[in-house]
Amino acid sequence: MNGGEKMISVTVNGQAFTRPVSSRRLLADFLRHDLALTGTHLGCEHGVCGACTVLVDGVSARSCLMLAVQTNGCRIDTVEGLAPDSGDGEAMHPLQEAFWSRHGLQCGFCTPGILMSLVELLRDVEAPTEEQVRLVLSGHLCRCTGYQNIVAAALEAARSMSKQAR
Amino acid sequence: MKPPPFHYHAPHTLQDALAIVGEHDNTRLLAGGQSLMPMLNMRLLSPDHLVDINRIPELAGIREDRGGIVIGAMTRQRDIEFSPLIRERLPLLAEAITLVGHRQTRNRGTIGGSICHLDPSAEQPAVAMAMDATLTVASQRGVREIAMRDFALGLMTTALDDNEILTSIRIEPWRSGHGWAFIEYARRHGDFAIVSVAVLLELDAASKVVRVALTLGGVCPVPLRLREAEKQLLGSALTSANVAKVAEQCAGIDALDDPQVPRWYRRRVAATLLPRAIAIAAERARARDGDS
Amino acid sequence: MMADDQGAADGKHSPRIVGTKAKRIEDRALLRGRGKFLDDIHIDGVLHAAFLRSQHAHARLRAVDVSAARKAPGVVAVFDAQAMRAELTDLRMPLGFPSSTLPAGITPFVLSEREVCFVGEAVAMVVATDRYLAEDAVGLIQVDYDPLPAVTDCKSALENNEPRARSDSPSNVIERVELAYGDIAAAFGPANRQFKESLFIHRGMAHPIEGRGVLARFDDTSSELTVWSSTQMSHELRQVLADLLGMEPDRVRVIAPDVGGGFGAKYLVYPEEIAVAAATRHLRRPVKWVEDRMEHFLSAIQDRDQYWDVEIAADNNGKIQGIRGRMIHDQGAYTPQGINLPYNSVSSLTGPYIVPAYQMSLFVCQTNKPAVIPVRGAGYPQAAFVMERLMDRIARELQIDRVEVRNRNLIPKEKMPYNKQLKSRAGVISVIDSGDYAACSRKAVDAIDYAGFPSRQDQARATGRYLGLGFAHAVKPTGRGPFESAVVRVTPAGRIVIYTGAMAMGQGLATALAQLCADQLGVPLESIDVSAGDTSRVSLGLGGFASRQAILAGSAVHLASLEVRQKAIKVAQHVLEVAEQDLVLQNGRVEVLGVPSHGISLASIARKLKGSPGYALPPGVKPGLEATSLFQFDAQAFANATHACEVEVDIGTGDVRILRYIGVHDSGRLINPMIAEGQIHGGIVHGIGNSLYEKMRFDEIGQPITTTFADYLLPTATEIPNLEVLFHESPSPTNPLGVKGIGETGTIPVIACVISAVENALGPFNVRIREAPLSPIRILEMIDEGRAQ
Repeated sequence: MNGGEKMISVTVNGQAFTRPVSSRRLLADFLRHDLALTGTHLGCEHGVCGACTVLVDGVSARSCLMLAVQTNGCRIDTVEGLAPDSGDGEAMHPLQEAFWSRHGLQCGFCTPGILMSLVELLRDVEAPTEEQVRLVLSGHLCRCTGYQNIVAAALEAARSMSKQAR
Repeated sequence: MKPPPFHYHAPHTLQDALAIVGEHDNTRLLAGGQSLMPMLNMRLLSPDHLVDINRIPELAGIREDRGGIVIGAMTRQRDIEFSPLIRERLPLLAEAITLVGHRQTRNRGTIGGSICHLDPSAEQPAVAMAMDATLTVASQRGVREIAMRDFALGLMTTALDDNEILTSIRIEPWRSGHGWAFIEYARRHGDFAIVSVAVLLELDAASKVVRVALTLGGVCPVPLRLREAEKQLLGSALTSANVAKVAEQCAGIDALDDPQVPRWYRRRVAATLLPRAIAIAAERARARDGDS
Repeated sequence: MMADDQGAADGKHSPRIVGTKAKRIEDRALLRGRGKFLDDIHIDGVLHAAFLRSQHAHARLRAVDVSAARKAPGVVAVFDAQAMRAELTDLRMPLGFPSSTLPAGITPFVLSEREVCFVGEAVAMVVATDRYLAEDAVGLIQVDYDPLPAVTDCKSALENNEPRARSDSPSNVIERVELAYGDIAAAFGPANRQFKESLFIHRGMAHPIEGRGVLARFDDTSSELTVWSSTQMSHELRQVLADLLGMEPDRVRVIAPDVGGGFGAKYLVYPEEIAVAAATRHLRRPVKWVEDRMEHFLSAIQDRDQYWDVEIAADNNGKIQGIRGRMIHDQGAYTPQGINLPYNSVSSLTGPYIVPAYQMSLFVCQTNKPAVIPVRGAGYPQAAFVMERLMDRIARELQIDRVEVRNRNLIPKEKMPYNKQLKSRAGVISVIDSGDYAACSRKAVDAIDYAGFPSRQDQARATGRYLGLGFAHAVKPTGRGPFESAVVRVTPAGRIVIYTGAMAMGQGLATALAQLCADQLGVPLESIDVSAGDTSRVSLGLGGFASRQAILAGSAVHLASLEVRQKAIKVAQHVLEVAEQDLVLQNGRVEVLGVPSHGISLASIARKLKGSPGYALPPGVKPGLEATSLFQFDAQAFANATHACEVEVDIGTGDVRILRYIGVHDSGRLINPMIAEGQIHGGIVHGIGNSLYEKMRFDEIGQPITTTFADYLLPTATEIPNLEVLFHESPSPTNPLGVKGIGETGTIPVIACVISAVENALGPFNVRIREAPLSPIRILEMIDEGRAQ
């Protein structure tokens, strides 16, 4: 017996899903393999690297530290839901645009988790300081970028989102 | 690193949860999961039963009760962080909570989970010890109250029986105008503290200490109140000589000792941070006195 | 070699994109979560592997009982060493790089059979329907270990032949190398000052945020094996798979998907890749293995300990006369690839300096720890650390300013190309092609306001704060040959495809190559697709390592693009009946200058050159609008850097805060300055990790203590200041692009720079630092020791 199966209903990026899951299945594995949303990545499975970060009921959470069964009835947002639509040539979320302009990613593996944390930051704080951005980023490990351009991209996105809001 | 198999329970009431832990052996409570899930993923634990207590509304919440603040055990650290009541009445806790892990940690982590896990370096147990919190614990047999100093028995060992659940933490706020400081030394932001210091102070009009609590985290298996040093400071001014005398006592602490962080280092950092924390708390106490 | 590198440099061309901060073509997919990393690839019916790994640093394997595991839920197969041996031509991995001097029997086993030699060594493999069940079954395997004494320190491994790290090894020293040139006796004669230093440096692990992973599928119909692997060496992996599985290489295809960082950890063929492929062929079902972080800690390659005992001789003006000494290197239990890491360290020590005489003995020693091969920097950070500590020592002893004493010894620009008198491991004398070290030094000195520092330091000390300044140079040969491949092809649909044996792992390879191609073909970047590391697209390739891709793959793409361009022009001349000098390539077309409507698209040319039966191609033109280049390169292009930093040390806790960090870098001509700068940012932060945070710790019986990201600390954004990067450009005469590599140079001087700064901060306490990394605990210990003297 694989730990018992439960039926869960979740809304992911606005779409409703009902699926059976083993009780011990991690939320990250559920998203990646059961829902084929492979944008969320696993880097450590012990809650330090932040690559697996998604939004659960609107707040950031490490999906390697949650069981899928815990999210029954919850709303989950992943990186795949950020861009306004799915067409490849279309516009992206201002954060994604800023990352693109400012070279905020290199291998791209840690990026989705960081984007979700920054989405939360920019929603909660309109004009974050560099220090506030670095504090949020401290929950994420990146081996490629040295964080510098990620910080620049976050601040640029904050400015452009703030302009859009007006 | 995937968890081993277990029976999963998600009770909706405290009574149901108590029935499960009362009935089964080798159970673990799943609160915020920030400490438990890494251990499950690494297979350091193999509970037969995992009791998810995240769906019990009565276990969460922050309220005032007869002058004290009662915090439900399942209150998210995030809610503590953003609570105006906590910021106003328990500023030490408000300051300490921002040092707990990262945003993701605090979004899910709970104050009860941290206190029951009782990691020697954790901030919330240190605050609970600093403020002489009273913990309410329930089982199928009933409810009992335990003072924090009696709850924290030893390294990651609490006074909870296997079939008991922590339901709430009660803290008596210090008088309006008190000074506070929570500082820590960690290698990186969000890491567990190597040493933390919590200071609470009340000064009289002559800037003499009328009440003080000094607590060290990370130094001993459980948070350490420096009760002798507190007694010495009562009635005195916070001169650098007096503060230095307090700091010197750190040299005698029976501190944790391991090959990575030796005893002498914890004592030294405690001696470094204690005066800094006292200075911040004193400044805040004076600032507030100045208003009145 | 520089001739005609520009193609049409006559202004008739579209605006150049090489040299600009072009946005990367990789990014949109990655940002949308549409990357395809190894574990994102799904194949129906795929099985999952998990490994049983040794819990002992050294033990005889008396028995491995997999019977209970075989019966566990979801388990399809369990392989022990015997079962694996039946699938392979050899249970032992081949040596990665050829060597005539290394002894036999030093490489790892696919699964260990008789003796385990490090904690984490793979002993058995479970294949099950999911990873959860596979891990459950691993827990049911019973192993009877007979523990043996473990060798945990390479210095004692040298001094004692017992215990032996591996029973079948005649000695714990697997290789001794002697390097020398010049008159060392004269250098250390009585006229000169001499200083001794004993230094210890430990680097750490690569830790790409994506761990290793492999997915294999065997096609019964065609008897072909397809292997996806998060690797830095597709072609090598293909060859080793073919050799060990007894298959023709043409029946083995290796594809690198998106790779989430490598940093050296993926520049190796691992036992797990072979085991998974063997299982796939045996079971006729696809099998996937995705490493978890704990496995990376236990079994991925590491870069670890070096002990240096060195002496430097200098005249009274601080001019170096000679360096001599010995270095002991911790190789780990096995040598999967060679000893290029420690060889690099001892052969590159002199760095940017003129050193008239040199002698170094290298001892490569085995320990009961995981294998060591290069992590980003490849032994150069260690050499730079030692050399720069020696320069600081001379400065202090002779009371000469630290920057000044370096300036007196730097190889001047006028002496380039400069013969270093030592051979690279390929047996070729190292010759520095170009570089202006004095200019980089001046830039760094100005940027950090070196002149103003003493007063900043004094003012801080007056308030009880301890500031320090560090300064370090580094030189890195880049562009490891002997070749790299590229195919540039225009499709009949008008897309440009580039195939290369080079490998992408986040460094913007696709964009850089696309920029080079775009400049020649006059097409927008978005119309170019780059596929790296697919062995079915290019038959030969060497992969991503040694900061080589810009030079090697870049040159190959450049030359192939040039050939395609010339072909397109020739066809257009014929079709449009116009002279070559009147033609320009832009917007995917070849057009008459000034008359854009009179032209022909590259797509049309491609269709023409696809050929139709009976219709002749234009005269003198071969079929296909494409070209293949195998760019051969035996020289080395030397990149260099000068770093300076300011730190503050808290003497109450031993904490070090980096306040400012400056990197002056020369990597020749830059294809994309934004990508180049990003590489340096990442390299610097890696180096900061190596200076203050990262250490793989083992206990006295060889048990690893740091096995999670909670114990092994990578720097995060709150530990890093804003990094200031300045460029200097000394084009390399060695390749048609004038480029030099950049991937590792950011890391190389950092440890030297940060350690120097901390020592400078602790001057009042008489502290001398001879080790890295530095922990706060060590810093307080050193302050106490210094005070006691």
